[in-house]
Amino acid sequence: MRKIIPGALAALFAGPALAQEEGGLDAAVNEAFASITGPFVDFIFAPLPGTNFAWIVLWLVVAASVFTLYFGFIQFRAFGHAISLVKGDYSDPKDAGEVSHFQALATALSGTVGLGNIAGVAVAVGIGGPGATFWMIAAGLLGMASKFTECTLGVKYRNEYPDGTVSGGPMYYISKGFRERGLPGGSILAVLFSIFCILGALGGGNMFQANQAHAQLSGVFGDYPGWITGVVFAAIVFIVIVGGIKSIANVTEKVVPFMAVLYCGCAIVIILMNIDKIGWAFGQIIDGAFTGLGVAGGLVGALIQGFRRAAFSNEAGVGSAAIAHSAVRTKEPITEGFVSLLEPFIDTVVICTMTALVIVISGQLVSDPATGLYVLNESGSIQTVTGASGVALTSAAFSTAFTWFPYLLVIAVVLFAFSTMISWSYYGLKSWTYLFGEGKTSELVFKLIFCVFVVIGAAASLGPVIDFSDAAIFAMAVVNIIALYLLMPVVKREMTSYLGRLRSGEIKRFKH
Amino acid sequence: MPTRLVAGIDGAEAGERALAHAGKLAKLIGDCEVLVCYVIEWSPYTFHTAEENAERHGRREAEIAAAKARIVEPAVKRLAGAGLAARGVVRHGDVAEQLDAIAKDEGAEQIIVARSSESGLASRVFGSRTAKLVMSAAVPVTVVA
Repeated sequence: MRKIIPGALAALFAGPALAQEEGGLDAAVNEAFASITGPFVDFIFAPLPGTNFAWIVLWLVVAASVFTLYFGFIQFRAFGHAISLVKGDYSDPKDAGEVSHFQALATALSGTVGLGNIAGVAVAVGIGGPGATFWMIAAGLLGMASKFTECTLGVKYRNEYPDGTVSGGPMYYISKGFRERGLPGGSILAVLFSIFCILGALGGGNMFQANQAHAQLSGVFGDYPGWITGVVFAAIVFIVIVGGIKSIANVTEKVVPFMAVLYCGCAIVIILMNIDKIGWAFGQIIDGAFTGLGVAGGLVGALIQGFRRAAFSNEAGVGSAAIAHSAVRTKEPITEGFVSLLEPFIDTVVICTMTALVIVISGQLVSDPATGLYVLNESGSIQTVTGASGVALTSAAFSTAFTWFPYLLVIAVVLFAFSTMISWSYYGLKSWTYLFGEGKTSELVFKLIFCVFVVIGAAASLGPVIDFSDAAIFAMAVVNIIALYLLMPVVKREMTSYLGRLRSGEIKRFKH
Repeated sequence: MPTRLVAGIDGAEAGERALAHAGKLAKLIGDCEVLVCYVIEWSPYTFHTAEENAERHGRREAEIAAAKARIVEPAVKRLAGAGLAARGVVRHGDVAEQLDAIAKDEGAEQIIVARSSESGLASRVFGSRTAKLVMSAAVPVTVVA
């Protein structure tokens, strides 16, 4: 952290001079950024000895599997009850005006639904083939149990202040939960988590978003320097988080769900238009999942891509959602755990799968008719019809049916990017105030740093930004999952008690 | 047990008309308590930022305190000044649903509201709150012109 900020600031303020040199400001920012973040990224994505399987991916999948087994496949058993909770069937009418389960879920979703679902899925399918979709869905279903665990703890151990505000998240459940159970090292882990969360907020929650928003805008308006997008975005983010102009955020919060529904609507229409190919597409997904169908790394290549993008998209096990969900009004922390398990389902199992299906069904991936295997390009990715990858691949796939879709996608990407930034600015801020204390000056410092990183993200090239973004977010998961393992008996106790009372009729529906 | 009347007020001129009529009815009835009700529009299905959610509990308390101090308590005092029994109620939610719920919870005989200033496009698109109350209420509703 200490190293990054002066480096980045120096790169920024040296801008006018550097702009005159070859490559300009963007290249200078990019180079400085890649050299600073390289070692951190290498550590997080280090492969297991003798394989090309990153240990961090295994870490997340093993955790999700352990939680799934430990809680007895709670994501399937409590799915119906989770929907009843979101509908408000169990909400006490006396709590009207407080944060509802629906609102907590919608807020958390607005932080996760975004570029991961559009760009991330295209990256996964572009490298890992259709088989990556299968592993992405599997990771999404398992991830529901991780989300359930962390969000229950988030509500249980939140801080409620006399002025009526609440603060929750892994840093609080790590410190308070460890103390309660007599476990050592809680304060160190909480501090570590907070540091990684700040980096994650600046990386995946900020730079990656600014970077992809710029990629989309320059695709429409022609190539122009990234720092221009960065400055405009930073100014708007500044107005909202520093200026306190909530109306912009409010508009975004209302438009984003609409865009998500419109995006899924378009995907459903394309899938229905190609209904005859749906069997073939699922065949490709399942064949690819177990054979790789010629992709780089075969089965393992498809698996890694699927798991990696699912984890990045739904953030299960990362701990970010626990911060967002902790504001809900409920007497039973476990109820928010149930509600939160819908998040990876909506994000990954529904939205990501739709993107993947549209890419596969629209025939964007080039395969060899003789062997049925995918044709790879020099970089090891699957050859696509237009040569596009990332967001551009999703855009090309959707525009086979709707020629106007790329324009809608630009608006969607910019809005998703903005809403994700606003959400992550809050997650980062909560970690920052945990470390440095609440207070206007301390908060302002973080908010200003956040705005500076918007500019850096838009100006840097995708490679280093995407690597750092993934690495920072996964580093949060390293700490968070250790805590979840140690605190999962607390969640089990809450779950057993609640489900028992639900069965006995002690917990009643308010709505019928 | 006194007869109870629910008077829906909105902090504006329409609410005053409803309150005046409720007062008139209460006098005619004699043993009567007027519940002066103000509903803060709220839906559990709206979208908010994480920061707004974190501050929500405090804001809700502040909204209730402000509604009580500025709108409901002065109205209760006016009725009490006229020798009538009155009590204030502030709730969050949908106006029509909440007025009906208060009437049911308190065993009220009647709900009194005034035709509001809702007009034009908004009421055409979303429907009038008064009309919704009239259509759904479990007790008789008087709509003051």
